[in-house]
Amino acid sequence: MDIELVEIPKWNCCGAVSSLTADDVMHHVAPIRNLIRVIEMNEEGLVNDEKRLIVFCSMCFNVLRRSNKRVKEDPKFLETINSFMDEERDYDGSVKVMHFLEILRDIGFYKVKERVKKPLKGLKVSAYYGCTLLRPRGVGIDDPEAPSIMEKFIESLGAEVVDNPYKSLCCGSYHTVGGNKELVAERAYKIINAARERGADLIITSCPLCAFNLDNRQELTKKIHPDFEHMPVLYFTQLMALAMGMESETGFDGNYIDPRPLLRERGFLEG
Amino acid sequence: MTETIIIKDRNIDLLRLASEISGEVITLCEQCGICTTSCPMAEDMDITPASIMRYTQLGDEFVLETRAIWYCASCFSCTVRCPRGIDLAKVAEALRQIKLRKNQDYLKIDELKEEAEELPAIALVSAMRKYTG
Ligand code: SF4
Ligand code: SF4
Repeated sequence: MDIELVEIPKWNCCGAVSSLTADDVMHHVAPIRNLIRVIEMNEEGLVNDEKRLIVFCSMCFNVLRRSNKRVKEDPKFLETINSFMDEERDYDGSVKVMHFLEILRDIGFYKVKERVKKPLKGLKVSAYYGCTLLRPRGVGIDDPEAPSIMEKFIESLGAEVVDNPYKSLCCGSYHTVGGNKELVAERAYKIINAARERGADLIITSCPLCAFNLDNRQELTKKIHPDFEHMPVLYFTQLMALAMGMESETGFDGNYIDPRPLLRERGFLEG
Repeated sequence: MTETIIIKDRNIDLLRLASEISGEVITLCEQCGICTTSCPMAEDMDITPASIMRYTQLGDEFVLETRAIWYCASCFSCTVRCPRGIDLAKVAEALRQIKLRKNQDYLKIDELKEEAEELPAIALVSAMRKYTG
């Protein structure tokens, strides 16, 4: 699609969740440090005049865009951050943080469609947005109450969209760690069942934590609700790879609920 | 009819501190309850999100001992709907921080053991950021 992605050399973990307090500067250092790397990449010629940072993970995207937004809106805050990192050059707020789906939207979903080798005709796909791709307003990439970007993505791959009233209901996020896993398993039950009732074959999501919660936690969901029927949950790029004929890149080995039997049955996978 | 609310351990400092840490004007809350109806966790909480706001307004330290402040998953559903423009996710974070800054962690990392091996890094990092100080 005439874009080449260049990975940040020496990237660091953004922290996964944005610090929501007014007085915590420390936790904004990690995300901003990644943005400084982007400026350096331009200077080193790894990219030319390209200050867009493309993020796939919804949570990283949210953290990076929030920190970036805050330093842009609050020069004093930026100054404090810069003074925290005396071993780094100063950040100037010039990087643009974008989610990969936004890039696809900018290029045009019709272009994605042109690249599809194997349209997923008849496959019924339900989008799960979760929280961090949409909220809060001013950070999210689409209308927080009525998003449509993932549906457009699904359509561009030739699949059929199945709506889900719980597509942006929180899956329980980090409650999947420790003693509150049932909170997550119950929400997976609700979200997946709603998709199934409307005829979905599978769900896609752009957040790795949502993917884990909706996919791997089905084991616990099944324990709590023996009537529960499993459903494959794919990372959105897996579906894209499948439709673009890049089967070796689909990475279905990593899914807890294996989507391959279903995809073979429908003729989207060989063998 | 007048209803009498008995506030135990009233502590105006709590309201002040929560306001400072969250950066939100907590007293603006009009108790409409939209946050509660928007909240995906409310059904499992011991008090509702709107009650979190009310107890905090009143400076009642009871709020710090609720399950609700930990069950809040920072999903921002209330944030995008509050008619008064309050970011309740930030208020809940402030209340958790008040506990965490006193070294009262919600999660004991060493109790995770083998569970930690099957969890993706994104789960562990986010849980540690939210549950531990
Ligand atoms: S939605 Fe806002 S104003 Fe209404 S109860 Fe919740 S915090 Fe208060
Ligand atoms: S941010 Fe917390 S209180 Fe608000 S809706 Fe989400 S879980 Fe409920």
